[in-house]
Amino acid sequence: MPRTQKPTNGTSRRSGRRSPLASVALIAIGLLFTGGAYAAFSTSTASAATESASAQTVAEGEKLFAANCATCHGLSADGTSAGPSLIGVGAASVDFQVGTGRMPMQMNGPQAEVKPVQFTEEQTAALAAYVASLAPGPAIPAAELLDAQGDAAAGAELFRINCAMCHNVAGAGGALTEGKYAPALDGVTPQHIYEAMITGPQNMPVFNDMNISPEDKRDIITYLKYVENNPSPGGFALGSLGPVSEGLFLWIFGLGAIVALTVWITAKSN
Amino acid sequence: MASDETSGKDLTATDSAGVDHGSAAAGIAVVSRDAVANPGFPPHRPRITDLDPRAEKRAERTVYTLFYLSIVGSIFAIAAYMIFPIVPEDPGSVRLNNMFIGIGLALALLALGIGAVHWGKALMHDEEGVDERHPVRGTDETRARAVEIFQEANTESGFGRRTMIRNSLIGALVVFPLPAVVLFRGLAPQDQDPVALLKQTMWEKGTRLALDPSGVPIKASDVTLGSSFAVIPEGLMDLGHGLLEEKAKAVVILVRMKPEDLIETPERASWSYDGIVAYSKICTHVGCPVGLYEQQTHHLLCPCHQSQFDVADSAKVIFGPAKRALPQLPIAVDADGYLIAQSDFLEPVGPSFWERQ
Amino acid sequence: MSTTTDMKPADTQKKKSGGFTGAAANYVDERTSISTAVKELGRKIFPDHWSFLLGEVALYSFVIILLSGTFLTFFFQASMVEVHYDGSYVPLKGVAMSVAMASSLDLSFDIRGGLLMRQVHHWAALLFVASIGLHMLRIFFTGAFRKPRELNWVIGFVLFILAMAEGFTGYSLPDDLLSGNGLRIIDGMVKGIPVVGTWISFLLFGGEFPGVDIVGRLYSLHILILPAIIVALIAMHLLFVVVHKHTQYPGAGRTNNNVVGYPVLPVYAAKAGGFFFIVFGVVMLMASFFTINPIWNYGPYDPSPVSAGTQPDWYIGFADGALRLIPPGLEWVGLGGTWSFNILIPLVGLGLFIGVVLLYPFLEAWVTGDKREHHILDRPRNAPTRTAIGAAGVTFYAGLWAAASSDIIATHFKVTMEGVIHTLQAVVILGPIIAYFITKRVCLALMKKDREIVLHGYESGRIVRLPGGEYIEVHQPVDEYERWKLVSYADYKPLELTPNARGKISPVQRVRAGLSRWFFEDRIAPVGTQEIEKSHGDHH
Repeated sequence: MPRTQKPTNGTSRRSGRRSPLASVALIAIGLLFTGGAYAAFSTSTASAATESASAQTVAEGEKLFAANCATCHGLSADGTSAGPSLIGVGAASVDFQVGTGRMPMQMNGPQAEVKPVQFTEEQTAALAAYVASLAPGPAIPAAELLDAQGDAAAGAELFRINCAMCHNVAGAGGALTEGKYAPALDGVTPQHIYEAMITGPQNMPVFNDMNISPEDKRDIITYLKYVENNPSPGGFALGSLGPVSEGLFLWIFGLGAIVALTVWITAKSN
Repeated sequence: MASDETSGKDLTATDSAGVDHGSAAAGIAVVSRDAVANPGFPPHRPRITDLDPRAEKRAERTVYTLFYLSIVGSIFAIAAYMIFPIVPEDPGSVRLNNMFIGIGLALALLALGIGAVHWGKALMHDEEGVDERHPVRGTDETRARAVEIFQEANTESGFGRRTMIRNSLIGALVVFPLPAVVLFRGLAPQDQDPVALLKQTMWEKGTRLALDPSGVPIKASDVTLGSSFAVIPEGLMDLGHGLLEEKAKAVVILVRMKPEDLIETPERASWSYDGIVAYSKICTHVGCPVGLYEQQTHHLLCPCHQSQFDVADSAKVIFGPAKRALPQLPIAVDADGYLIAQSDFLEPVGPSFWERQ
Repeated sequence: MSTTTDMKPADTQKKKSGGFTGAAANYVDERTSISTAVKELGRKIFPDHWSFLLGEVALYSFVIILLSGTFLTFFFQASMVEVHYDGSYVPLKGVAMSVAMASSLDLSFDIRGGLLMRQVHHWAALLFVASIGLHMLRIFFTGAFRKPRELNWVIGFVLFILAMAEGFTGYSLPDDLLSGNGLRIIDGMVKGIPVVGTWISFLLFGGEFPGVDIVGRLYSLHILILPAIIVALIAMHLLFVVVHKHTQYPGAGRTNNNVVGYPVLPVYAAKAGGFFFIVFGVVMLMASFFTINPIWNYGPYDPSPVSAGTQPDWYIGFADGALRLIPPGLEWVGLGGTWSFNILIPLVGLGLFIGVVLLYPFLEAWVTGDKREHHILDRPRNAPTRTAIGAAGVTFYAGLWAAASSDIIATHFKVTMEGVIHTLQAVVILGPIIAYFITKRVCLALMKKDREIVLHGYESGRIVRLPGGEYIEVHQPVDEYERWKLVSYADYKPLELTPNARGKISPVQRVRAGLSRWFFEDRIAPVGTQEIEKSHGDHH
């Protein structure tokens, strides 16, 4: 791992001025804008991805790959004991893993953690283009599937049947075996949600287009964005974790406040 | 202070002051001859509102201000009801409606309550009162009279003497609720046998595996490596009546792994198709849907009680409270390439029940 | 001192006041004899302590539940007939669901203030059970369940169980995914009961799970029979409080034969009446700002999906946790059927636990042989064995309770789920033993500290150098009122073995004497006058 670390640092030094700005912009977009902004953002990425077929981009990706990924995934991306083969995983997989900061991994753990993104959008696109050039695989989804303008009710039903057992009905995440977990989906971009479904990162199963059609995936994203953009009608959602957080809240704050009041009621007045 | 005038010997307390108890009265308590005496009530400590008329005035002002505030809260709640209507399809409007009516009501209630308590604490008479206690038991005369009444009643009715009447009465009282037990049989349909129902599901030879909830049949080629499908029998969604009951038994999870990862017993070797296996989704513990499939470890986890099943190895239990492996649905592929069931499950799905074997 | 005698009875004041009030009072009294009740109860004394209000919190939450619940019944329809939702909440539009779920959504999203009332109802329900629990802990640790109040403990405990039953039936009514899976678990547990389980489940659900009857049946229980029993038992519970008069903490001037506090009219009425509105206000604040049970997220019940983090409400958590902690493989086939020990062990184990708690007053009375009435509460430290037993019980319960959120603990503390389960298995078995010994030692240490304070006063923190060069810390002596609180507990000796009429000692007597020795061992006697004299002699 330390060997992967070094070139990564080199990369970020080389692009030192661009990289932080890009992440700031990303965060700002994520925080401020809703569906429309997502669509705009995704369109640019998607069009970048289509253009990236050019040989030059692939070559640039290959260089980045050799410097940052080959230690674990092998120089020809066919996998080593430290990392799986990337032949046929497709551009979508690279965009998801690198674009959410999961790759390159910093240390071995139960699963790759979300970290600050290590590459610029162009670099990520180049890496994706390189990996996609090795063998056909899931491509980065088209912008019209990511606009979150589908049928939220249909999406919600599909989400409950296929996703909620791990990610929780409100997308709050949940536990898996041996320290692994399904992450919360709040704030994840539509593109990354879509890519996760088609590539099945880590222990997540693959949901191919025969299982959940592209329109269905659009509906699922629509539902998730609906939940994200419409705060709970009942007030603060207490993490949407269900009865555990409600019970803790009641005991600590509800009963706590009432016990404090009983002390006041029975204290001698001054 | 307290005295023994009430004379209930059970009541004589060891911890009441200065009374020398007989050993019987103290029960099991060790009576110390040199116990410290109860010093009696401490001197009364007046409040600021008792001493300072301005503080009293201030407290009075606080109390009525709170009561007025409560009225304001109630009016605010009424206003909020009108100012923040619910706009159809706008959950934000529900949130505002909920919050502002709630704020008004909470203000009304809290100000009213705090005002009343403050009145009681700061302004009402502050001397503590004392009530004497008496033993809970009736006095000896009362008890004697009670016994007498029962005896008189017994004599007058002949309850003890007329044994046939008494015993038959007791018998009648015991038997009369029994018809209720029979009536409760009607809670479930008369013509059904739960054991038979639990032992079969909708799956039968040739039923196509279909997607939940659309009901679209699944081809073997659709199930790519690492996939996990939520599956129902084809035709389930067309059932008008009893849909959920059938679904509660028939739901299946379908996954595909590399055939070499699959550990299969010889008798089950024909139950899978090219690394595709189908297992009942209903936990063998208490019946939650087991859907958390980890495609790399091939483990299935139940989110309710954390039972874990190894899908690569006949869905055997590897952790948690469940005992039995998930029942496997034998599958095959029909002429059109669709996945079909070879038969129903060969054992009952879901939680164990007495007649299961 | 006694205010009872200086005050005029309320009814004579009424007669004097004349006018409309007087006439009305006269009218009512001539038809109800209400003046007798006012005379008896109007000046009844209630001791004042914050912990005495916990039962009131429970009572008030129940009233809040009745009020908000009645509002909900005007809109809720307990039917499992399938409809397609056509209300305001977009992500459920057109989805097939039961009428129960659809009407719950409608009252939340299309009735102004409806969601508020639903949240008030549910928060108050959680508070109801929680405050009963806290109230019971207070009763237990202060020994307030002792004679003559054993039966009231039993009534209170039954109320606790009924409150949980009310909670669970209510939780199941909206027929959403969370409660549906809760019912599925209940169904699985019921089926695990030997011999009759299958049939009980079949009758309960009116056929196969889930059927179309269960919501209606739970609704009848939830709004009819259970509340009726609760109201009756609360009435009995309060009647007994009046008959027994309230207990009080030890204090100067307080004895086992008196009760010191404020009269019902006016101080207690103002405080208790005001407190109702305060509790209601706190519940209202929670309901206006914090979501509870967002059924719109869970969606309608469907046997296929489930949500990560599926848990019952907190008060059922201990039972769910017990199910989670059972190690694998506990199921056995034989003797004509399937024995689901993975279900039976939690059921029987928790049944025993509940039984022991229910009968604790009788068990303790039998072990101690104590037949006196107790109206002065024990400070928990002065009954070390009981306090230690209580701590062990709380630890056991807390371990099970925590197990019900094992998955949430795993994700939020970044540990493995398996590790959490194994740790909690150890906590449930070893925790109570450790808690017992630690608590007992802490109690004894506190009693020793009390002795020190009585004999030598409080440590003032002021260091003085004596003329001889010696440094001493000045101790602040306690006044006699404060001292009384520290010395006014009874010391006990264990039961002694006494041969019966035939000169024999039965094995039961032996067990009883042994338990009694265990209960009263390691006693620390209260400070007596001679010791105080002596310690004063030492210092002056």
